[in-house]
Amino acid sequence: MSDILRRDPRKEWIARNRLHPQHQSVIAELGGGARPTEWMGPNGVMRRDPRAVGFIGPNGVRRIDRSGAQQAAQAPAHSAAAKDTRQNVTIDAPAFIVAVVPDMAGGRLSAHDRDLLGLARQLADADPASPGAVLAVVFGEHKESAFGEAGIDRLLHLDGERFSGYLPELKVATLQSVERELAPRFWLLPDSALGGGELGRRLAARLGERPAAQVWQVEASNDSATGWRATARAGAGRHDVHRELPRVVLALAECADPISETRHAADPIALGQGLPDVLGRIEDLGEVAVDPASVSLAEAEFILSAGNGVKDWDGYHHAADVLGATKGASRVAVDDGYMPRDRQVGATGTWVSARVYVAIGISGAIQHLQGIQSCDKVVAVNLDEGCDMAKRADLTVIGDASAVLAALVARVEQYRAEQQENRDAA
Amino acid sequence: MPPNAPAKQSASLDVAVLVSIGRHPLTARARRADQDARAVEMALTLENASVRLLHAGQHESEQEEALRGYLGMGIDHIGLIEQSENADVIPALVEALRHDAPQLILTGSRAETGEASGLLPYQLAEALGWPIITSLAAVEKVEQGTAVVLQALPRGKRRRLRIRLPAIATIDTSAPAARQSAFGPARRGELALSEAQSETDETLASWQFHPARKRPKRLKIVKSSSARDRFKAAAAKADGGGGQTLNDVTPEQGAEAIFKLLKEEGVLR
Repeated sequence: MSDILRRDPRKEWIARNRLHPQHQSVIAELGGGARPTEWMGPNGVMRRDPRAVGFIGPNGVRRIDRSGAQQAAQAPAHSAAAKDTRQNVTIDAPAFIVAVVPDMAGGRLSAHDRDLLGLARQLADADPASPGAVLAVVFGEHKESAFGEAGIDRLLHLDGERFSGYLPELKVATLQSVERELAPRFWLLPDSALGGGELGRRLAARLGERPAAQVWQVEASNDSATGWRATARAGAGRHDVHRELPRVVLALAECADPISETRHAADPIALGQGLPDVLGRIEDLGEVAVDPASVSLAEAEFILSAGNGVKDWDGYHHAADVLGATKGASRVAVDDGYMPRDRQVGATGTWVSARVYVAIGISGAIQHLQGIQSCDKVVAVNLDEGCDMAKRADLTVIGDASAVLAALVARVEQYRAEQQENRDAA
Repeated sequence: MPPNAPAKQSASLDVAVLVSIGRHPLTARARRADQDARAVEMALTLENASVRLLHAGQHESEQEEALRGYLGMGIDHIGLIEQSENADVIPALVEALRHDAPQLILTGSRAETGEASGLLPYQLAEALGWPIITSLAAVEKVEQGTAVVLQALPRGKRRRLRIRLPAIATIDTSAPAARQSAFGPARRGELALSEAQSETDETLASWQFHPARKRPKRLKIVKSSSARDRFKAAAAKADGGGGQTLNDVTPEQGAEAIFKLLKEEGVLR
């Protein structure tokens, strides 16, 4: 169907004239069954029918919902819903380049990476007359689709077999050839344990620059050679250093606000010369399976936590072993002597940061919920569906803890057996 | 000698540990640095290794007290390269390490005083031309000029690496904790002084150090055109909401739902 809005002036006239014999049928036709609350008047002014606004509430009083939800239901199809107002920005001839090497944890830009890109934009856009371009160097496969929305103008994506695994020497050599070819004015890297901090220090040592590590604030300053002044943490977090912003910057999370107002081009670019050949002196032999019981509770990824609802403790320990989960406990389970004190989760125990937290028979005291604040996914198995843990959980199963655990163990063992069969067949 | 120290009859691996002066986080007194002490601990638990400690800095009473913390771990002496205050210790260390030529250098990943940027091991590696690895968790074996080591990753994961010696490895808090420092050995141990030219760090002198300021908390900014949305965002209770509840299901159905979620999140190995 065509998008062009066709107006019938005669029908609009009838719709305005409540005494016209065809008024009701025309209103029904125009409003799609309901009375229109808004229509375009003959002089181009929006007209509203105040009687058609709102709805009759349960106690017979007319209620008006100004959130737009009511009118949206009647809105004609051609009104563009929630238009994207972000401005598109293309920088064709950048005056300089600010290079960013994001961590890309899990193949996506992390919140830390986005903050860093916000800082890069701040450095690049300081002078509107001669804007710089933000270049992102991404290693390996990724799942990110919104590079432009994060503020990236140029994207150098290096993937393939050569860039899989832990290759700090190859990465530094590649960044060095980026330096030779594009000569960025600034190098920004996240000062994180996921690789950014290490890569940034390697790069700085290779380039012979003295970097600023743990930068948390960058301000414009006239009396520094680069035009910027940085504030960085020093001395195990006891001091702040005020210093000139160097070429290589290792910034902490929340160093700047992420980009939300503009969209950038994220044009893919390639290096002119081929990639460097590096004699690797560090060989990656792969990740090692670790015993989940040896992982400290605070940094465990997957926790199976037990509370007062667990009666079959042998079944619980067996389930934790089968699932490969780190064991946790609520305070009640610890006080009753079923679990050691160092396994207690909550305000008085350990504050955990697991990606998946499975709470078995824990009703969710506020102290316990505080302890699991930063968990991503929470699964609860409980008999009481009104408990606080069920409100917090992403998935709640109402049922007996030991029966559900036993069924889960059986399901996982079946899955493992299937996997083993597939491996044997292959 | 501590009871768990291995016998050093045929030392085949020459390990140097770079130690620094730490600062207690609460009392701010000088002490042995935590990560460096862990590095010493790791060196002492290596099989067939001869361990030697190296520090570059001033020789004053406060520093000496802190260095004696390392001697109390069962070390006979620490090599102390005397440097003036505010000196850049990297040239002196590079020279000493070139001369000694150890096979493995262990050190903490970040100092507890001064700039504490954690850059020193990288600059040493660059100057010496040696490979460097971070977050060493354990040394599994040393053979034929290579070492197989475990590297600590976030979330308690480990990665196995083979690294060619000589090499530098940094140690952070994921390595085993250091043993206690005993008083007697700490008194009996010696500091082996050596002189080296000090180069003043001009750049560091141009910076201003202040007590750390509390970082401002980021405000939650709600971008919305309607006042109702902004009010709802401001007044919203911080509960998860939108969670799925499975009522009246058999344990098998519930287990299946949990299994699906665990598999989606990729936590089942």
